[in-house]
Amino acid sequence: MVKKIRVLIAKPGLDGHDRGAKVVARALRDAGMEVIYTGLHQTADMVVQTAIQEDVDVVGLSLLSGAHMTLFIDVLELIKDRKMDDVLVIGGGIVPEGDVLKLKEAGMKGVFGPGTSIEEMVDFIKENVRK
Amino acid sequence: MYDRKKLEGIAKKRKEWESTCYVPLKEKAPEVRERFQNLSWTDLKAVYGPDDIQGFDYIKDSGFPGEFPYLRGVHSTMYRGKTWTMRQFAGFGTAEETNKRYKYLLEHGETGLSVAFDYPTLYGYDTDHPLARGEFGKCGVAISSLKDMELLFKDIPVDKVTTSMTINGPAPIVWGFYIANADNRGIPRSRIGGTIQNDILKEYIAQKSFIFPPEPSMRLIVDTFEFGSKEVPRWNTISISGYHIREAGSTAVQELAFTLADGFEYVRWAVARGLRIDDFAPRLSFFFNAHNDFFEEIAKYRAARRIWARGMKEMGAKKERSLLMRFHTQTAGVSLTAQQPEVNLVRVALQAMAAVLGGTQSLHTNSMDEALALPSEKAVRLALRTQQVIEEETGVTGTIDPLGGSYYVEWLTDRMEEEALRYFDKIEKLGGMLPAIEKGFFQREIAEASYKFQREIESGKRITVGVNKYKMNEPVEIPLLEMDKEGERVQFERLRKLRKDRDGPKLEKALKRLRKAAEGTENTMPFILDCVHAYGTLGEICGVFREVFGEYKEPAIF
Repeated sequence: MVKKIRVLIAKPGLDGHDRGAKVVARALRDAGMEVIYTGLHQTADMVVQTAIQEDVDVVGLSLLSGAHMTLFIDVLELIKDRKMDDVLVIGGGIVPEGDVLKLKEAGMKGVFGPGTSIEEMVDFIKENVRK
Repeated sequence: MYDRKKLEGIAKKRKEWESTCYVPLKEKAPEVRERFQNLSWTDLKAVYGPDDIQGFDYIKDSGFPGEFPYLRGVHSTMYRGKTWTMRQFAGFGTAEETNKRYKYLLEHGETGLSVAFDYPTLYGYDTDHPLARGEFGKCGVAISSLKDMELLFKDIPVDKVTTSMTINGPAPIVWGFYIANADNRGIPRSRIGGTIQNDILKEYIAQKSFIFPPEPSMRLIVDTFEFGSKEVPRWNTISISGYHIREAGSTAVQELAFTLADGFEYVRWAVARGLRIDDFAPRLSFFFNAHNDFFEEIAKYRAARRIWARGMKEMGAKKERSLLMRFHTQTAGVSLTAQQPEVNLVRVALQAMAAVLGGTQSLHTNSMDEALALPSEKAVRLALRTQQVIEEETGVTGTIDPLGGSYYVEWLTDRMEEEALRYFDKIEKLGGMLPAIEKGFFQREIAEASYKFQREIESGKRITVGVNKYKMNEPVEIPLLEMDKEGERVQFERLRKLRKDRDGPKLEKALKRLRKAAEGTENTMPFILDCVHAYGTLGEICGVFREVFGEYKEPAIF
């Protein structure tokens, strides 16, 4: 049996917009992945701790408040510090194009904006997750 | 409206029409969709007639505008007497930057103000709190003290313009900033007008900027009702909001049902405290979404007015004003697309038209660039112009409730009311609002609906122009808002100076008295105002409540 892909969907910071995170969590579960959802108001440290404890393959960060350049980067740096380089980190939310480039440089493999289809996200995870 | 004999004739005629005209044509040339459903998945007939609203009694179920049950509108002259208030929700960066934006909007014909606060403010934290990291001024203006509020409304006549503030957990404190600013400017409290959102139930259900557990939160809200009815009589002490419930993914029917259920719950709590319903009910206001399904939205507003009027009467309200559902509307943020953003102008115009035909008292039209960033000056001006075109050019303001009497709209209004009442029963069976929230009932209902909708977008059953049909691969070419990069530093410095310069012992005393009031049963508003006048910060004042009441953690359901 193939091991199921384990995904952590996380909401860092104070942002309460959780519609997208919940829809994605559910869609990934329906696509056969194991999904853990942190709930709201997580610090970067809490996100990374959960990722370690749950031994996930993917961390999906969702933020619509505009604070992604601080909070996504915080998580990415912690992940680097902990040498979890094989964990696929992706993000979603209202992220302007210029910021997408910077986030990718910082180690975020995929950034998904409004209107992204679930299929696109599932394919991306399957292609890029550690094998 | 028709006698039995006539209705029988009409029903017979419908059958005839179906079998000789409609069905044969449909079989020859199939309809473009297999089923026609609105956004609440209600199946729609091809055409409605008098036979669909057989029980409709004009005097009992409709009445004229300004008459019970207010189906047709809360005023007897509606827009012939007064246009809706054009009130654009705005806020970003520092108080100074947002003050400039308010003046810009007022110069261009806006008639009311509406404050968007940043996340730290929404959660009752000062800008320099560790959990505020990265959030300063991002999705609203940062207001950490009376000082910031003074700058926010500098040179704005707060005795003439009304202000709505989207603030919930720390609402009494931020309202305190506003009142204290008027006090300091020598404006009597009886002359300031506006609204605080102050609707904590929908925070647990949808928007999620809650701080304290439900019971102490409800107590603070009743404190504001009581204080407002005595001290600030022109203030709407709550804006019971369906907007965020809808944005979180609910259907229109759920938005209607959950919002009104919230409204009745506030009334119950206030009455249980011993307040007289007619003392506070006239200051209860509402806030709805204007989404894409044109007629469903109009039916929703109409049904809401009727349910509220009937419900309030049942609860013992006697004053006419207590029965009136006055509401603000905002077009659906969630319907905006990042792809081909100019198309959003069209969406917003149609949604705004639905709000006007539904009889809204005030309106925010979204800017076309809001799926990308906070709106630029030009984008927000176009959004405002959209309202002005509806008001000045389309002629829709001349006739009140122009869709009243439409077989379809009356049928849909009735049906939405029935479905809302069914939800009320469900909530009661769960033990009422707070138990239903704690069981995750609303959160689950909303998550189900939003997931189902997303699936239909994925499968192409539902179309979003530019997203899953009529796609283009063109880069987006609209200029986005640039914020002052120095803003956060300015705000840090202002807070540091404030804490240094104020009368420390005076504030300490005021905070101590507030703590005592919070631990007891006294109305907290006067004590909050003392702290605010002593330049206590939002974080300090909210901190007292955090310590006394504790913080709420929600179950993470998806």
